[in-house]
Amino acid sequence: MRDWFKGGEPWIWMTAGAVALSLVSVYAVLWMTAAQGLGHWWPKPLVETTLTEADGSVKRLIGELRDKEEISLHRLRESGYDIKSDDQFTSRYLVKQGNRDVYGVDFKWVPTPLLGEFQYPRDVISIERHEWGSFFGHLKAVKENGQVVAEGNAAWPELEKRLARSNKLFDEILSIEKHDIGKVNYNLERLRLKQRKLELQGGLTEAAQAEIDQERQIHETEFARLQARLDGLRAQNARDSLTAEIQDGQVIEIPFGKIADVIKPNDMSVVQKISHYLQKLSEFIVDDPREANTEGGIFPAIFGTVMMVLLMSAMVTPLGIMAAVYMREYAKQGPLIQIIRISVNNLAGVPSIVYGVFGLGFFVYFLGGNIDALFFPEAHPAPVFGSPGILWSSLTLALLTLPVVIVATEEGLSRVPRSIREGSLALGATKAETLWRTVLPIASPAMMTGLILAVARAAGEVAPLMLVGVVKLAPSLPLDGNFPFLHLERKFMHLGFHIYDVGFQSPNVEAARPLVFATSLLLVIIIIVLNMFAIRLRNRLRERMRGLESV
Amino acid sequence: MTEASPKIHAIKLGDLGRTQTEDTDEVAIRVENLDLYYGDAKALKSVSMNLPKNRVTAFIGPSGCGKSTLLRCFNRMNDLVDICRVDGKILMEGKNIYDRDVNVALLRRRVGMVFQKPNPFPKSIFENVAYGLRIMGVNSRDTLDDAVEKALRGAALWNEVKDRLDQNGLSLSGGQQQRLVIARAIALEPDVLLLDEPASALDPISTAKIEELVNEMKDRYTIIIVTHNMQQAARVSDYTAFMYMGELVEIGRTNDVFLKPTVKQTEDYITGRFG
Repeated sequence: MRDWFKGGEPWIWMTAGAVALSLVSVYAVLWMTAAQGLGHWWPKPLVETTLTEADGSVKRLIGELRDKEEISLHRLRESGYDIKSDDQFTSRYLVKQGNRDVYGVDFKWVPTPLLGEFQYPRDVISIERHEWGSFFGHLKAVKENGQVVAEGNAAWPELEKRLARSNKLFDEILSIEKHDIGKVNYNLERLRLKQRKLELQGGLTEAAQAEIDQERQIHETEFARLQARLDGLRAQNARDSLTAEIQDGQVIEIPFGKIADVIKPNDMSVVQKISHYLQKLSEFIVDDPREANTEGGIFPAIFGTVMMVLLMSAMVTPLGIMAAVYMREYAKQGPLIQIIRISVNNLAGVPSIVYGVFGLGFFVYFLGGNIDALFFPEAHPAPVFGSPGILWSSLTLALLTLPVVIVATEEGLSRVPRSIREGSLALGATKAETLWRTVLPIASPAMMTGLILAVARAAGEVAPLMLVGVVKLAPSLPLDGNFPFLHLERKFMHLGFHIYDVGFQSPNVEAARPLVFATSLLLVIIIIVLNMFAIRLRNRLRERMRGLESV
Repeated sequence: MTEASPKIHAIKLGDLGRTQTEDTDEVAIRVENLDLYYGDAKALKSVSMNLPKNRVTAFIGPSGCGKSTLLRCFNRMNDLVDICRVDGKILMEGKNIYDRDVNVALLRRRVGMVFQKPNPFPKSIFENVAYGLRIMGVNSRDTLDDAVEKALRGAALWNEVKDRLDQNGLSLSGGQQQRLVIARAIALEPDVLLLDEPASALDPISTAKIEELVNEMKDRYTIIIVTHNMQQAARVSDYTAFMYMGELVEIGRTNDVFLKPTVKQTEDYITGRFG
């Protein structure tokens, strides 16, 4: 035993154990988010059963079984359920009954002993609506202009046909609303600002006014034309509707214009389920959110996150490298530079929310406010840069990650072999030439390391962003087709904040829970992808330095 | 050549007052009363010597005797050490290289240096050799091509690398790297080449190649080589300077210094009694 201990074996086990533990935790995070999040779009069977209410009446129940848990009978009795049993414990199901417009709530816990036999009728439909969440029921009929065109078994094929038409119309409407009308509005706003600017400068001549009016006229005509087209499309889309019977026997009529998708979950083959799943998954990634972010996609959040991180990288890298070069190469090494170095290191430990407060106070109110006063007087009182936006968010995070880049770069510079510097100087290169041609390229992998750490930190940071630019729902992306294309003053959506918002601020927490996990998984994947790019780049750089001592 | 390069006659050597027999070589570098301090420590004590043109001069002496420090004075590499201070003169073509108006970068182009450990840049072989020229602002591909080939031929490396000039310089063997570094230095066509123990990190075959190369190059350059290896000094050099404790003890024709040293210390060192 003593020998075993002296031989160092326990150390090997201990260190290997630490590695194993780290690996397990990493995989646990990925596995857990994936398992909880990715199942969300898989069509779940719709169960039809009966529920005995407290007053003894028996009601029909249609819904998805989402969860099951043990519960003590005592607790159930206390909450009014009358259950005859001698057991201590029984179970209860979490049922998603949908039809929020009728019942007010989607989810309901029901005690298992009060449920009847489970049935899975093949004709039950699950409708994904643009509003009010899911609808579950038995399809009755399809109507055109209020007249029944198909009933019973004939209704389903008719539904599929008419749904395709209606979805096409819906996409067209959405595209006009989002792009064409958005563009007209943007141009009108620019005209207004132009006019106001001329007014403020006193240069609003009659000719200029006439020109502006003429241009405005063009846009307004365009607007009216689009509006008319929209009305037409909407009217077309309102033509068809379907009727279906929900669990309590009511027959509900739903216009096709409000339907995103209809499936018969109990009557789908595995192939159909997979294709449905993939379609929903891709919609999640490329669509805009709906219903207070609890449905639809998260594309704006992905876009915002990536763009913010890229902007942040573009700001922090040059600044950090320059600062590190000065501190390591030019500054006289002494107590002063040591104090500065310690301060920089300590900056990395300042809580991120403090940076957020600073960003709000300095960037948004002071810098942004002054920029508005100087350059955008015509927008007054609406702020342009004087309100939180993606520029200020990136700057704040650049500040937050600056120490990381500085420290990593300094480390890299200090590891450039002295012999290489001397070799360059001995060839008649000045210090600056040596720095540019030799030292910085050699230190570039270390700079990439700094950037990788910075990206990892910035992409996951949420707290400061809530103060300086992230919003729950941004009406437009910071990059679009309207001149000047890049709108740095705009607010944006962010995956990290989205997770918080959907998971904890949403009115429908149960419905949103899988989305929280799916969004988390996506955020992790995005950070991994961004890092992979940087790591690949670093490895390519390192390859060139192979054979160099101590790099 | 008048004041700039006097004939070497009976030079007063070091503060020990040795003289050497009459000589006919031209002087490339004249060192006059050179003192060098690292902070308070005096590393070179009033060194005076003449270094002959287009000859190989070897600096020998025990570790810490100041021979590398002296070598690094000739291209002012000691400037990089903050606490280093130099008194005295080093004259090249009559001009003191420690004068204020001397452009150090230009000086270093004229005085090439090869270090103890091969230190090629992590760039292609071609870019390694072209480095100094690019610094000078030469960017024409033809000029560079010619200069690189000439330098690599001069360093006896051309035949080994001519088909892989775009390969990383670090992929070469140690001996090849050292010749690459020599090529890098002679691409600038310097007057003087300083070799700081150029073979100490190399195997015997590579060492032999370097020595052979030194022999070939001495027609074109004034070469000063620092070495720990007495046989090497005897093999490659025309002149040998023996240094001890920051002082120049003796300088003279290599044969004279090795066969009939005038100072007991030299004899003891050469015969291996100390050092």
